[in-house]
Amino acid sequence: MSDKANDNEIPRRSFLMGAGTAVAASLTPPANAQTPATAATAAAEPEALLTLTPTEHAFVVAAADTLIPADEHSPSGSDCGVAVFIDRQLAGAYGSGARLYREGPFQKGKPELGYQLPLNPREFFRAGIAAANAWTRKTYGKDFDRLAAPEREAALTAMEAGKAEFAGPGSAMFFDALLQITMEGFFADPIYGGNRDKAAWRMVGYPGLPATYRDEIKTYFGKTYDKPPRSIADFS
Amino acid sequence: MATLLKAVDAVVIGVGWTGSILARELTKAGLNVVGLERGAKRSPREDFTLPSVRDELKYANRHELFQDAQMETVSLRHSPAETALPIRRFGSFLPGNNLGGAGSHWNGNTWRLLPYDHKPRSGITERYGRNAIPDEMTIADYPVSYDELEPYYDKFEKLCGISGKAGNLRGQKIEGGNVFEGPRQNEYPNKPLVQPMAGALMEAACKSLGYHPFPAPAANMSEVYTNPEGLTLGACEYCGHCERFGCEANAKASPNVCLLPVLLADPKFELRDHAYVKDLVYDKAARKVKAVRYVDTRSGEEYEQPAGLVILGAYVFNNVLLMLISGIGAPYDYKTGKGVVGKNYCYQVTGTNVQVFFEDKVINPFMAAGAHGTVIDDFNGDNFDHAGLGFFGGAYVQASVTNGRPIGTRPVPPGTPRWGRDWKRATAKWYNRAFGINASGCSYAHRENFLDLDPTYKDALGRPLIRLSYNFHDNDYKLAEYMAGVIGKIARAMNPTVMGQPAARRGNYNVVPYQSTHNTGGTMMGADPAASVVNRYLQSWDADNLFVMGASVFPQNQSYNPTGVVGALAYWSANAITTQYLKRPGPLI
Repeated sequence: MSDKANDNEIPRRSFLMGAGTAVAASLTPPANAQTPATAATAAAEPEALLTLTPTEHAFVVAAADTLIPADEHSPSGSDCGVAVFIDRQLAGAYGSGARLYREGPFQKGKPELGYQLPLNPREFFRAGIAAANAWTRKTYGKDFDRLAAPEREAALTAMEAGKAEFAGPGSAMFFDALLQITMEGFFADPIYGGNRDKAAWRMVGYPGLPATYRDEIKTYFGKTYDKPPRSIADFS
Repeated sequence: MATLLKAVDAVVIGVGWTGSILARELTKAGLNVVGLERGAKRSPREDFTLPSVRDELKYANRHELFQDAQMETVSLRHSPAETALPIRRFGSFLPGNNLGGAGSHWNGNTWRLLPYDHKPRSGITERYGRNAIPDEMTIADYPVSYDELEPYYDKFEKLCGISGKAGNLRGQKIEGGNVFEGPRQNEYPNKPLVQPMAGALMEAACKSLGYHPFPAPAANMSEVYTNPEGLTLGACEYCGHCERFGCEANAKASPNVCLLPVLLADPKFELRDHAYVKDLVYDKAARKVKAVRYVDTRSGEEYEQPAGLVILGAYVFNNVLLMLISGIGAPYDYKTGKGVVGKNYCYQVTGTNVQVFFEDKVINPFMAAGAHGTVIDDFNGDNFDHAGLGFFGGAYVQASVTNGRPIGTRPVPPGTPRWGRDWKRATAKWYNRAFGINASGCSYAHRENFLDLDPTYKDALGRPLIRLSYNFHDNDYKLAEYMAGVIGKIARAMNPTVMGQPAARRGNYNVVPYQSTHNTGGTMMGADPAASVVNRYLQSWDADNLFVMGASVFPQNQSYNPTGVVGALAYWSANAITTQYLKRPGPLI
């Protein structure tokens, strides 16, 4: 076994255990930081996994933080709970193939005919993450999450362009699914585990709920609606 | 073995817009009516409430209110030479499910056809010559004129409380309304919605170009409205959660708000929900549908419900499926052009759009209604000269901001990456400063676009899936290129800080991105029994007691959203049934 392989066998569990605290300490305040303390508290909660393995979780955290890096606009994807969101989505009805027609025969079709694999989303991401890590090991000598930021960006760029050689589903198809579920986690209502402290809504200026603008559509014509966002939990 | 039930006067299959309208008109005429609804009983008071109704992920992305593809989907091939594959996850269109059907989660665009749209084959032949229409373009005239349908458009608009502004009142053209529309006897029942920034910019740009902008007719209530059924709709809150969502304010016209409260209280009407209709029992010799067979999905039990009158009011695909598997009417054969069931399946030519970005303007896209558009019809139907253009039909062009829900709506200037630092910067900067202008193009019938039964794939009841043979053709591509020019011109007239590249519909039909749930045809109406499935009253040519509702009767699809026409035709058919058919059951023609 090569050194590279050994490097990948360092257990991730210990790394994960400390992740919450490290994240809390280094948390970048949101651009419109009215409640940075809330964000830090939320991030410090331990991330119990429903379905992702430690290796998969590490991949998802690294991918979310590369797709949504921390900056003056928001904390990073994983600090906003995107990895938690993805774990929960893949563990639930969506991940198990709800609303997905799965009768055979399964045949390869033109991309315009849509998804044609027998895998449910949970299985698809499992296979895709394994293929992505296999490709980064071959290309960079390490699993994706162990790469430095510029290499992660280069790796995702190659996947997006379909230039990363994957066994099974093409890398572009995997990347598109990964980007979609990451953005869903970042922008969805916080009840699903992502968009912590409504960071994504603050970033763009989306006010969330209750969205009753019968008067405001006139009084805010051409003006910025500057009220802090509220979510489903704020009304529950 | 199905349990045989006691006969009833009438059965309505599917309790959405058309099923509710027919059930209401038939019970008013004294009939006992059973409504068979495959989905659950859904009521706004229980199912559409704050705060959970504002859940973008659940409703918009995970398709809570739509047909479950695990139960029933359709397959697609781009041409009859290919093998169709099933649409495993709905994307380009999203058929509705449950009580109220798609009428409970639509946006609310409610149009009348242009007078030309009622007779495009005659209109084109008259203006451009006998040989103008290519052989493969199998468009046909509606067997009902605009003037005949006008009172029924009016009736549906009043049921819904449509917000809008007339552009042609009894022949008098009115600036600010749609001056291209056919003459209407009455003004819209509700005034137009409040115009947002995108609409104001659209109106100014179109006026500067000499076009005729007007507010889109909307089933979103500009003011509280009480309809002729005595039911009251609330005023729109401009919440930006219309299409794919139910309305907690009862401010969007739906069967659930506009009709079902009256119907469900009527002892002459019985709703059976979870009643999944499997097939029709057809007596070809007697030219009658004797009964409807359905599965109660709560027990798995199968029932046979005999009925004197059968109203087929399911979605386009289910209407065609039930006709084909029940052996009613001759299936269409694209090779010979003979047969009718499945013929002239059409869609909508969308995807022609341009985005505009304004550094100095605030759009507030999240303050919006579902049919919140400013529109021009200058390039619709035959409102402009088609000589030398190489296509027929047109598009309505609009700036329509319906929502700012951030999973789905995050415009960024062209060239922006889809992720990373630059994407974040652009998204934060432009989210509230951009919108799109789009063209909704007509979809004219083509000989090789049709529906039939898939030979391989089956649904949860063991029936073949409906197979779509469909792709865009020359007329669609040329129309889209032309409209890309139009929207580009309008966009430039707005003088935006950044403007996207006007994109035309190109390439194969793709089932993945959402385009529109305006699937039409397959049981087309017509004057000739050899060339249509139902007559002008929507009565089957092959079964006198079977009436087929919905957009499956369209001979082709116009640029407009279909619901207004679907509602008007339902009232038109109901009138023929109650005033003619019930007195003398038999062929109305």
